[in-house]
Amino acid sequence: MANARQFCTFYLNHLLFGVESQKIQEVVTYRELRPVPLAPPAVSGLMNLRGQVVVALELRRQLELPDRLADLKPVCLVVRAAGGAVCLLADEVGNVVDVEDETFEPSPETLSPRLRSVILGVHKLEHELMHVLDTDRACEV
Amino acid sequence: MNDSDDIVREFLVESYENLDRLDRDLLQLEKNPNNREILASVFRTIHTIKGTSGFLAFNQLGAVTHVGESLLGLLRDGQKALDRDITNALLAMVDTVRQILASIEATGSEGERNDDGLISRLTRLQGLPEAAPPAEPPTEPKAAAAAAAAGAGEMSGGESSYAAAGTSKAGNAKSESFEVGSFMITNEPAITACPAPPAVMAEKLAAVPADEAADAQPALQAAAGPSAADRTIRLDVSLLDRLMNLVGELVLARNQILQFANRTEDSGLLLPSQRLNLITSELQEGVMKTRMQPIGNIWNKFPRTVRDLALGCGKQVRVEMEGQETELDKTLIEAIKDPLTHLVRNAVDHGVERPEVRQAAGKNPEGRLALRAFHEGGQVNIEISDDGAGLDQERIRNKAIQKGLISAEQAGRLTDREIVNLVFLPGFSTAEKLTNVSGRGVGMDVVKTYIEKIGGTVELQSRPGKGVMVRMKIPLTLAIIPALIVTSAGERYAVPQVSLLELVRVEPAAERNGIEMIHGAPVYRLRGRLLPLVYLNRELQVGSEPSTAVEGDAGDVQAVNIVVLEADGRQFGLVVDFINDTEEIVVKPLSKHLKSISVYAGATIMGDGKVALILDVLGLARGSRILTEGREHGRAGAAEATAEAAARQQKLVLFSGPGASRMAVPLELLARLENIPGAQVERSGNQWVTQYRGQILPLIRVGHALEERRHLPALDDVQLPTTAMLQVLVLEHERQSFGLVVHEILDIVESALEPRSPATRACVLHSSVIADRVTELLDVPALLAAGERYEPVLATDPNRAERRADT
Repeated sequence: MANARQFCTFYLNHLLFGVESQKIQEVVTYRELRPVPLAPPAVSGLMNLRGQVVVALELRRQLELPDRLADLKPVCLVVRAAGGAVCLLADEVGNVVDVEDETFEPSPETLSPRLRSVILGVHKLEHELMHVLDTDRACEV
Repeated sequence: MNDSDDIVREFLVESYENLDRLDRDLLQLEKNPNNREILASVFRTIHTIKGTSGFLAFNQLGAVTHVGESLLGLLRDGQKALDRDITNALLAMVDTVRQILASIEATGSEGERNDDGLISRLTRLQGLPEAAPPAEPPTEPKAAAAAAAAGAGEMSGGESSYAAAGTSKAGNAKSESFEVGSFMITNEPAITACPAPPAVMAEKLAAVPADEAADAQPALQAAAGPSAADRTIRLDVSLLDRLMNLVGELVLARNQILQFANRTEDSGLLLPSQRLNLITSELQEGVMKTRMQPIGNIWNKFPRTVRDLALGCGKQVRVEMEGQETELDKTLIEAIKDPLTHLVRNAVDHGVERPEVRQAAGKNPEGRLALRAFHEGGQVNIEISDDGAGLDQERIRNKAIQKGLISAEQAGRLTDREIVNLVFLPGFSTAEKLTNVSGRGVGMDVVKTYIEKIGGTVELQSRPGKGVMVRMKIPLTLAIIPALIVTSAGERYAVPQVSLLELVRVEPAAERNGIEMIHGAPVYRLRGRLLPLVYLNRELQVGSEPSTAVEGDAGDVQAVNIVVLEADGRQFGLVVDFINDTEEIVVKPLSKHLKSISVYAGATIMGDGKVALILDVLGLARGSRILTEGREHGRAGAAEATAEAAARQQKLVLFSGPGASRMAVPLELLARLENIPGAQVERSGNQWVTQYRGQILPLIRVGHALEERRHLPALDDVQLPTTAMLQVLVLEHERQSFGLVVHEILDIVESALEPRSPATRACVLHSSVIADRVTELLDVPALLAAGERYEPVLATDPNRAERRADT
């Protein structure tokens, strides 16, 4: 099990994504965000995370997926990124899974270069594919 | 990272502090050579450094402080009197110690040094009647005893923690410290172990001549001094920052609990929640206080700086301080240290005159440099004033023109106060040549930038012959600032109160008279002056345009709320939907994703737990181009009158000239645009004038000045206007106001002024195409020159026009 890694999974537009679990600071329920005029489109707003102001990024926008329906409340994955904590908005959280390097395959060339820098590749799980997210890249706008 | 690094760092931090105190003490001592208390304090400080340097095996440091200490010992025992030579030598020793410490900090070692000169100088000054060397050993054991005791917690809290680190942290500390101990012991066979603190006290007391009873008092006081220091501890600022954050969270949690508790009748919850409320408030205040430091902490080293500088340039300067105890947040103290030092150096170097000059001017040959700090309106005011010659306005004006910072035109319009504040422009320095004192390129603009970065302001007042005063206004703390909360498009924003001037509410009825348009650019007449307006909704591209209210075409006109702000000396009005309240807000930095948006300075969390954005007034002003012409323009650094410079983008006032021609004049040359009723125009000699702001404003009719001379009617033929409103461009030239009467002011546009064709008549610089029309650019100085002597000039100097047209 030398190459085992642990991932936190979540769903975006019915796709399964995973982030290395040590990158995740916490997962919190959606709370009201303060919109920021003039901000890049991926910035959904600012969140009060126990007294800290944390920027919330819409992962669907970052990953060029269609916008979430208005009546779906997202969940907030707070990740430790290079410049401090960042909140990534996802549809719903999944599980914690252990995977081994053998099941990993890099992203196919058919993916756009920008997406390939964010989605490192997939782990072939038993029933579905888990997209592996580079959190630092996902936190860049 | 190992333990000895920690110990060395502790030693450095503490020694720097001690050295600052030493500078201060030595200067006091110079004034008051018989003050035993200060002498004892100086002696102690050197003692500590010497002792610790021995402990850490910094031999050079030990050698230098050793001779210094011996000299101090003589002074303390009254065997020598302090004079200027000794003070200089001791100060030189302090500097050397600083250099060595700096080297230790940078490289971890003392470096290759040769301080023999200093050591022999200090030894020579000890010049006892009997040979010096025999006199030394007796003082030596005491020194070493104290030095060793330093490790046992005698001197200060820092000391004791250092000792603790020395013994507890290092696994092999016992043997190691013993070894280091024995390094000292080799010199001092008398001492074999660290004496316990009480023994040290006894030692110290014994060091004071016991036969003089009066001496016991100061000695006891001296002994009491360190115990006060024992009550303080040294903390990492990051710990305080964390505490501060936690308290912020606690405040929010408290607010939520209070909101909930107020809705219940349950006294079991109500009472504790009220207690929680009180305790939280007190805790918040307490934590805030931990970060506050008296400004005296940085002022303390100024007397030394000033003394050295003054000696260096043959001046006499006395430093006066007032309000040293004024407290500021630690981070701010750090931030203003360099600008303050710069200003103090400037005052000594450029401000205060030489003694003979002062005497000739009937002043005290000794100059005065005053530092004053006080709280006012939630800010700290710091004033640095000297009683020197003041600034030479003519020189500043010429320099600014020569350096292309402003045009001759602009210079003519500036008030005295504006002139002296030109020194804050980048690239400006009044020093004719570089001296080693100041003026090394880091000018006043850097001071200004520094101060503005921390949300402060700086301004300068100069009175010729009386001196210069620089006044800074600094926020008390960066962490918590007073702010005005406003609402725009349903969201709250915080406006730092530092930039706030006033609030204006324009009622719908009064609106038509209040807000007007200059070609789509809204302005408000605030006490007769035009205040450019910026709509927050529009700047942030949110919500509906409140401008419908301004145009007033719809029935639902509502009151307009204007927040009058000042950014970099310019006023503008920020139009918001609602003005809520003023509040103390905790400033939270924005993440890097939002840093590039210049209109925000940060974010904060409101009482209800929601996030609000803090507006950056400077950024807002720049974003909305309030701040384009003035300062930015100055930075571009080109003179106005030249054709190349005119090719830049400029704001131009367009007006219709004689006939149907269009003419333009740069907006920045103008002071105001006015409508003057024709009935108010009077005749004075052969000029039209009007009374304007308590002055007589000569009116120059642009149309007539440009008319072909042969068609020019004699003045008598010209009817004074009676009913019509005259549109007048008011401008100042060479400190005199003029009004240019134009046919009609058409527009204000921004355009590049590229000459398309040379001028065809007098008083015109060139023609170019502006807004698809051929437009002539008015040559204002020429026009005024012609206009000042209006008819006579044109009548007697017929070649003038041709000459101008040719060039």
